[in-house]
Amino acid sequence: MKKILQTPIKDEDLEDLNVGDVVYLTGHLVTCRDVAHRRLIEQKRELPVDLKGGAIFHAGPIVRKKDDGKFEMVSIGPTTSMRMEKFEREFIKQTGVKLIVGKGGMGPETAAGCQEGKAVHAIFPGGCAVLAATKVEEIERAEWQDLGMPETLWVNRVKEFGPLIISIDTKGKNLIEQNKARFNEKKAPVMERIFDQVKFIK
Amino acid sequence: MDKEVAVQSLTDTMAKFTSYIGKRLPTDVKQKLADLRTLETNPLAKSIYDSMAENQEAADKLDRPSCQDTGVIQYFISAGAKFPLLGELEEILQNATLGATKIGPLRHNAVETFDEKNTGTNTGSKIPWLDWEIVPDSDAATIDVYMAGGGCTLPGKATVLMPGQGYEGVVEFVFDVITSRGVNACPPLLVGVGVSTSVETAARLSKRAILRPVNSKNPNANAALMEELLEEGLNEVGIGPQGLTGNNSVMGVNIESSARHPSTIGVAVSTGCWAHRRGKIRFNADLSYEILSHEGVVL
Repeated sequence: MKKILQTPIKDEDLEDLNVGDVVYLTGHLVTCRDVAHRRLIEQKRELPVDLKGGAIFHAGPIVRKKDDGKFEMVSIGPTTSMRMEKFEREFIKQTGVKLIVGKGGMGPETAAGCQEGKAVHAIFPGGCAVLAATKVEEIERAEWQDLGMPETLWVNRVKEFGPLIISIDTKGKNLIEQNKARFNEKKAPVMERIFDQVKFIK
Repeated sequence: MDKEVAVQSLTDTMAKFTSYIGKRLPTDVKQKLADLRTLETNPLAKSIYDSMAENQEAADKLDRPSCQDTGVIQYFISAGAKFPLLGELEEILQNATLGATKIGPLRHNAVETFDEKNTGTNTGSKIPWLDWEIVPDSDAATIDVYMAGGGCTLPGKATVLMPGQGYEGVVEFVFDVITSRGVNACPPLLVGVGVSTSVETAARLSKRAILRPVNSKNPNANAALMEELLEEGLNEVGIGPQGLTGNNSVMGVNIESSARHPSTIGVAVSTGCWAHRRGKIRFNADLSYEILSHEGVVL
């Protein structure tokens, strides 16, 4: 059975989730990436969207303005979450956001932030942007449009948005960091073997 | 053909082709992903491959860019010295990018540096980026279009090794880039390696390397051996799709090289994500064309 999270998300909704679990989201998902993070944390500007119990998406979509003035979501996939590592711990603290969706892993600061704020980071498969767009029912608002299409805060109403693979859980476990450690462990003997076969300078 | 008409015709074709490659993957990449999907046994990795295939079907059916990051547009041109529109090509490709941005629609991805303003058109100072090779005694032109997305551009790295570090140093460099920064760049990646004399020559060759077909081989036997060893070795690490572990790591490893200074080994890595959006088109002097990267295309 599909595990579906609904915004506003409560602490108890996330407590039992572990890294590697797959969930879906119904409710509101707000795009929020580099400059929005910088504006809140460094420039101390108030976010134009209340994210308490909410979900953000590290994503910069392609959006088309329709003739009736409304926006249509064309293509929306995740962007590299690691770029927000510098800000995310403080971002979670200040906003009370519960679910951070993106691509690839995040670092120890975000893991600490997730533990403190009882939040999770989840991976949506990168590049699957049309699949994601078909789960957006409506773009309800668009804030900070001065930032241009990729960086605008697009407030999306979504239904069963996913698959979302939990990569940092509320215990601060970090799936991609675990995987990276495993890759680094595996690579040493593989490289040693290759070294012997590429001694082209004689 | 009247010159003005010819310019318009080439602009239209390149606009349509640029938009097209954002929606459908090249034949070699499609085939490779299908193979990797079949070879995968890890359940989570399999489900990711399923999502990827589902996404490509939806993009084709809905005629939309398959990934929202349609990149900075780069054109790699091999133009005959006698190609009739050689002098006009730069302006043609600028206008083709403007056109593709509307047709796609493509995301606005050109931010003027230092002014830090998104131009909203995908054009800006030196963007679309053009890379030129002039072919003597030819009147044709082959253009590779590449959508350089942010995710797959981020792992890019170049350095200059000392000869004492040898090709072993090249192997180590490639492994380090792929197992650290490559994990977040939408694997399985196509890995491009430039082995050359300095940072910028190696970097340019590493990008040219990912324009080569996925299963192609370097004509030099040692370079081809290294491609094979790196591909097998990286696959053994088992990065899997999206870095979630799996039976494989990469779509392939392509190496391009040049001669080098005896005291230096320039090395660079460029990566293409699984959604490796590139296209190759060849124009004859009369502007009739053939699309070499995608089978069965009608623009």
